Amino acid sequence: MSLLKVENLQAKIEDNQILKGLNLEVNPGEVHAIMGPNGSGKSTLASVIAGREDYEINGGRILFEGEDITDLEVHERAQKGIFLAFQYPVEIPGVSNANFMKSSVNAIRKARGEEPLSPKDFLARMREKSALVEIDKSFMSRAVNEGFSGGEKKRNEIFQLAMLEPKLALLDETDSGLDIDALKIVSHGVNALRNENNAFVLITHYQRLLNYIVPDFVHVLADGRIVKSGGKELALELEEKGYDWVKDHAVEEQTA
Amino acid sequence: MTDFNEDKLIEEVTTSDYKYGFTTDIEQEFAPKGLNEDIVRFISAKKEEPEFMLEWRLKAYRHWLTMKDPMWAKVDFPKIDYQDVYYYAAPKKKPQLDSLDEVDPELLDTFKKLGISIDEQKRLTGVAVDIVVDSVSVKTTFQKQLKEMGVIFCPMSEAVKEHPELIKKYLGSVVPTTDNFYAALNSAVFSDGSFCYIPKGVRCPMELSTYFRMNAALTGQFERTLIIADEGSYVSYLEGCTAPMRDENQLHAAVVEIVAHKDAEVKYSTVQNWYPGDKNGKGGVYNFVTKRGLCEGENSKISWTQVETGSAITWKYPSCVLKGDNSIGEFYSVAVTNNYQQADTGSKMTHIGKNTRSRIISKGISAGRSENSYRGLVNITKNAKNSRNFSECDSLLIGDKCGAHTFPYIEIANSSSVVEHEATTSKVSEDILFYCSQRGMDEAQAMELIINGYAKEVLNKLPMEFAVEAQKLLAISLEGSVG
Ligand SMILES: Nc1ncnc2c1ncn2[C@@H]1O[C@H](COP(=O)(O)OP(=O)(O)OP(=O)(O)O)[C@@H](O)[C@H]1O
Ligand SMILES: [Mg+2]
Repeated sequence: MSLLKVENLQAKIEDNQILKGLNLEVNPGEVHAIMGPNGSGKSTLASVIAGREDYEINGGRILFEGEDITDLEVHERAQKGIFLAFQYPVEIPGVSNANFMKSSVNAIRKARGEEPLSPKDFLARMREKSALVEIDKSFMSRAVNEGFSGGEKKRNEIFQLAMLEPKLALLDETDSGLDIDALKIVSHGVNALRNENNAFVLITHYQRLLNYIVPDFVHVLADGRIVKSGGKELALELEEKGYDWVKDHAVEEQTA
Repeated sequence: MTDFNEDKLIEEVTTSDYKYGFTTDIEQEFAPKGLNEDIVRFISAKKEEPEFMLEWRLKAYRHWLTMKDPMWAKVDFPKIDYQDVYYYAAPKKKPQLDSLDEVDPELLDTFKKLGISIDEQKRLTGVAVDIVVDSVSVKTTFQKQLKEMGVIFCPMSEAVKEHPELIKKYLGSVVPTTDNFYAALNSAVFSDGSFCYIPKGVRCPMELSTYFRMNAALTGQFERTLIIADEGSYVSYLEGCTAPMRDENQLHAAVVEIVAHKDAEVKYSTVQNWYPGDKNGKGGVYNFVTKRGLCEGENSKISWTQVETGSAITWKYPSCVLKGDNSIGEFYSVAVTNNYQQADTGSKMTHIGKNTRSRIISKGISAGRSENSYRGLVNITKNAKNSRNFSECDSLLIGDKCGAHTFPYIEIANSSSVVEHEATTSKVSEDILFYCSQRGMDEAQAMELIINGYAKEVLNKLPMEFAVEAQKLLAISLEGSVG
């Protein structure tokens, strides 16, 4: 059974039809990369999978582990194991990273009928995971993302990912804004978390990330649809030829 | 945050209704409805008060007759018919102090529902509790232990009889009977409350706490609290309150007076959770309170910390009169309004002594169709040389149908003093809520986290057990306010 199955998904916001019949299937253990021009709907796809209510779904459905989750609320999907690393993580004044993570971890545990983590276990996990993405311990008592640099925010997203160990992780341009060292650290973190039961969907503009996290599939999203899919070589080809090549190609295929 | 009852905490924040809204079937004794001199005499007689007290009340009553309801606050409600209120209601069985067996079992049950344990549990946490149901103080714990240190902590009605010299000296010395409409009314008809005296040089070893509960219908509650901290003493005092859900509005007009002598410090914390009325604005408590502390001696300090989530209407300005040189006044407040609640609250700092300092941190949270106003006065008089005030008033809006208003008044009569005022307004954004939900939190959990982050500076000032309670309360009172 596939982990995620997006079937003919159509979504709009304020009369703008953004997703226009999108299909995507992700199996446990796989890494998928989604590339595509600005404004093509990549972040929209990630938000809609996560359940953001601003979008109206006017066709198709989303299955997670075989269950139709199209109508579930955001937190219910998160509790089932869907994680979104945000393209633009928000700041939460006054709420420490540690407290934020504690609420998050325990909310998910509670939904699964598990006891909250003891403070000792929680702190141990924080220590282990912050080491994985090389975040300084002093970050934990700082307010969530407040005053963090762009790169620090992204690293914090991967720290949270490591803390929650979701089944499906959607990474929306986590690589943008990272310096080369940070990119290596983040990629190393993601690779360390990969296993046969979880899956990653990487939204990115740069082939470079895919040298570090090697995808099983690469998809091109243009104008609200997946217009081309292939193996990791597709990313190289795109880098060389640009999106127009795929778009023209796709139109040919459709009209043919 | 503490971890010990996290489960209970989460469980409790998922129930959104006012959980203290039950009534208890206790046999009540009422005075006839309405207010006149005979009622004042009736109350005084019921309390077996000495003559001076009756005279004091009558004087207040006669003055009250000449006064009008204040109209300047930014709250809107129909005129109160003061003849349509009961001014005295008391549980019929009068329980004996320190003997739980003699307390009406229904009343004990009430305490359990309120989560107050007046027995071993509290002993362990070291809180002495005085509980006032409707108009009568029914139980004061720890009295013996406190007595050994010379601390007096007892119902006001008892203090009037047993410590008349202190009452004569201090009652009305900070809030005169003529101070304002509600203070005058309270002075005439107050039925009980707590009295507390900390002798010279004593650090009160435990938190002193009063729990107020309204129960009888159509009954006004008028508590009177008086705290005196003698030279070099210290006390931390907590006040909590709840009321049943009723369709009619209930009147509550309390007076709290604090006197801090030289080098003394008093911390007064309130978690105010009177019934706020239903979602459509029906019912709820009218909370018209006068709280004032006098820093009488040099280097004295009074801090007010309040978490206000209840009441249909709140009219309340805990204040400090900084008379002693180098004295300090502080006000930390979180006021939440939701649905149709209205709050006009803030503080007044009057600087009289030299080098006096005051600090006001006010965090307003408005949701639903509520109105939340901060009203503050910083008054630095001519002789208060080198005085300082810092005020910060923040407003947080949830949704777009509520209102937040700030009315800061500043008067400085000398040039060596400095007053700083900061104000911000912000909104709980959809983006933050989405972020929290994406991390697995439901709306209540997310709100609790966001609100507690916003109010942290104030919540940190509360004693531990109270802080936990207050965090829960904030979350509960705002649940369902998003979207
Ligand atoms: N609230 C909104 N109202 C109207 N249009 C919107 C709204 N939000 C997004 N859009 C539009 O939806 C389209 C898809 O946006 P989306 O953010 O999904 O693109 P993207 O592929 O992630 O782009 P990028 O590579 O720049 O991150 C864009 O044209 C955008 O302007
Ligand atoms: Mg995007």
